[in-house]
Amino acid sequence: MLKLYDKEVRSRLLLGTARYPSPAILAEAVRRAKAEIVTVSLRRETAGGKAGGAFFELIHALGVHVLPNTAGCHSVQEAVLTAKMAREVFRTDWIKLEVIGHHDTLQPDVFGLVEAARILTGEGFQVFPYTTDDLVVAEKLIEAGCRVLMPWCAPIGSAMGPVNPMALRTFRAHFPDVPLIVDAGIGRPSHAAGVMELGYDAVLLNTAVAGAGDPAAMAEAFALAIDAGRLAHAAVPLEPRDMAVPSTPVIGKAVFS
Amino acid sequence: MTFIINGEEQEVAAATLADLLSALDYEGEWLATAVNGELVHREDRAGFTLGARDRIEILSPMQGG
Repeated sequence: MLKLYDKEVRSRLLLGTARYPSPAILAEAVRRAKAEIVTVSLRRETAGGKAGGAFFELIHALGVHVLPNTAGCHSVQEAVLTAKMAREVFRTDWIKLEVIGHHDTLQPDVFGLVEAARILTGEGFQVFPYTTDDLVVAEKLIEAGCRVLMPWCAPIGSAMGPVNPMALRTFRAHFPDVPLIVDAGIGRPSHAAGVMELGYDAVLLNTAVAGAGDPAAMAEAFALAIDAGRLAHAAVPLEPRDMAVPSTPVIGKAVFS
Repeated sequence: MTFIINGEEQEVAAATLADLLSALDYEGEWLATAVNGELVHREDRAGFTLGARDRIEILSPMQGG
């Protein structure tokens, strides 16, 4: 089981809820992924509140934990207020904290992130910070009260997969006891399996599933890959070697000349 | 009175935040409200008196990643 603050989950795949072809396909993707946590946002509602209401009902019907996010917030003030409004709606202390620092890369503003995390943990929030793979920032987030870290492996929605595996490896080694979730940049199940092989605890995905030709099938593929990667990590994979090593024993080999 | 509601200037006859939501047909437990950058809890809306040009944000759940 994976313990994230006050909750325990079996699934290691956290799913975003955006960009699916339809609500029904989103629901099917969550089901086939066996996801227990989904992320959602808050946006301005038009008069009547109908759009948000329908989505709210859909999410409740999925029977999963909701991880609201502060996606799109570019300042500490915006992120903190959005987090408070999300708690009002979803009645959870969980918040996926995003403070975006750069329009093109959607790179987190790590200075604002740490400040917002400190404010929110002080107000009883359980913060899941979307951060880079920078160790010093991560330490500051821990000091600010975060008990889960969510480093990116590539820019949001880029589908590039881990662009700096060494940094992810170092990050894991540096925080052996902190639940680590790779958030952003995963494109294929093999990427997800790869980070799980490095010992990550879970993966958060959205576009890689929602943008696939068959999102529900891709959700299941990711779930299988994540399980495989986790099993492989526990089984201790062989380290790469520079030279060939015969797999068939040489002793007892027939000599014909 | 004139308010800035979700970024747009609007004229609404409302003394409190609850009045305003009702006048504009906003209804539902999934709505969150803020006035001038501060959260106003659901249970406080009826007692929250609005002033001219208050900035009111009304948010609801939305797909996100």
